[in-house]
Amino acid sequence: MNNIFSVHTVRFITLVICQVLILNHINFMGYINPYIYILFIALFPIKNSRITLIVLSFLIGLTIDLFLDTGGIHAGASVFIAYARPVILKTSFGTIYEHQSIKFNTVDFGSKLTYFALLTVVHHLVLFSLEIFSFSKILLVLQKTLFSSIFTILLSVIITIIFSRKSK
Amino acid sequence: MFFLLFGISLLFTIQSHSYHKSKFINSANFLTGGIYNSVNNINSYFNLKSQNQLLSEENKRLRSLLINNGFKTDSIFTDSLMFNKSYRFYTSNIIKNSYSLSTNILTINKGKNDSIKQDFGVISSKGIIGIIDKTSNNYATVISILNTTSKISAQLKKTNHFGTLTWNGKSPEFAQLIDIPKIAPVKTGDTIMTSGRSSIFPKGVPVGIVENFKLDQAENYYEINLKLFNDMTNIEHVYIIENVNTSEINNLFNE
Repeated sequence: MNNIFSVHTVRFITLVICQVLILNHINFMGYINPYIYILFIALFPIKNSRITLIVLSFLIGLTIDLFLDTGGIHAGASVFIAYARPVILKTSFGTIYEHQSIKFNTVDFGSKLTYFALLTVVHHLVLFSLEIFSFSKILLVLQKTLFSSIFTILLSVIITIIFSRKSK
Repeated sequence: MFFLLFGISLLFTIQSHSYHKSKFINSANFLTGGIYNSVNNINSYFNLKSQNQLLSEENKRLRSLLINNGFKTDSIFTDSLMFNKSYRFYTSNIIKNSYSLSTNILTINKGKNDSIKQDFGVISSKGIIGIIDKTSNNYATVISILNTTSKISAQLKKTNHFGTLTWNGKSPEFAQLIDIPKIAPVKTGDTIMTSGRSSIFPKGVPVGIVENFKLDQAENYYEINLKLFNDMTNIEHVYIIENVNTSEINNLFNE
């Protein structure tokens, strides 16, 4: 229990620092940034209670907001995907989820990719709608969502491959 | 639980979209300001060369002004800064830049302890940057001109037709000047500067040059697309302008 707690604390801090100090300065093509801090939400253990996850997502989003002066857009988007995560898990993993026995290191690559992709697209859609906050610029929202999502998905898949412990 | 937290974040978002609403989620606090400052101490080495270039260019310009206006540089130095001057200047460094969002906010390393307050103007050697929003003891946030909520009075340099400087959220190189009357003689390449109609910026701070322009939907006003003099993606050394007469001007308006 203690071990899991410390792992997630370290992950929380590392992802926030990485996001704020490195990834937000990429600005590829002017505005495309990956937001990989959602890996924290994606890889959170499924057995833990839903309330814990929602509160923690709010916290990580708010920390990012604090650094980026963005009001509450990251907090809002993070809480939204934390809330929607069970549904996304069900659609991407199907029956394994029913048995509450997913290990993110062991599931096959295809369904993991679907899971990340769904989570990222939903997150970015909420994020950019909140950021731009105007129906007349819906095209800009969709454009930003599309390009940033591609970048985020790519990066988060790479990171999970690099940091996954080899199960021998 | 979800709806509570989602509601809170929505509230913060709405607050951040309205100008100068009191909120506590900003990067001018002890923790984020401290982290940004220490990282900036390292990062600033990487663009020393380009920043030095900018500063020496400005020195050149100021020196030629000084010589050509016949000031004697060898006179005894007296602190005459406060006599008959209506603007006071402070120097500062940007420790967090941002230009890819639709509401960009910068962080600088001067705050209440350096007598920086809300609504001071911020410029660089090339032109306008933004307006101070929140201050903490050692840091302050700046609403960049690349912010869709920012509205600054600006005018054409050759005539006195004025309008509002806004940003459409698309490119960090261009800003928009709206509400310029149709009668104004606008041409591509004209210089735009601040108008001095608000009490924040003095008249004549350079903003940019006209890239293209068109009439708005009602066909009464021009919408001018202007290229900013500042490269907003590469700014470090800035000046903060305090208008000493702000309180007097505001009193006059409130009477």
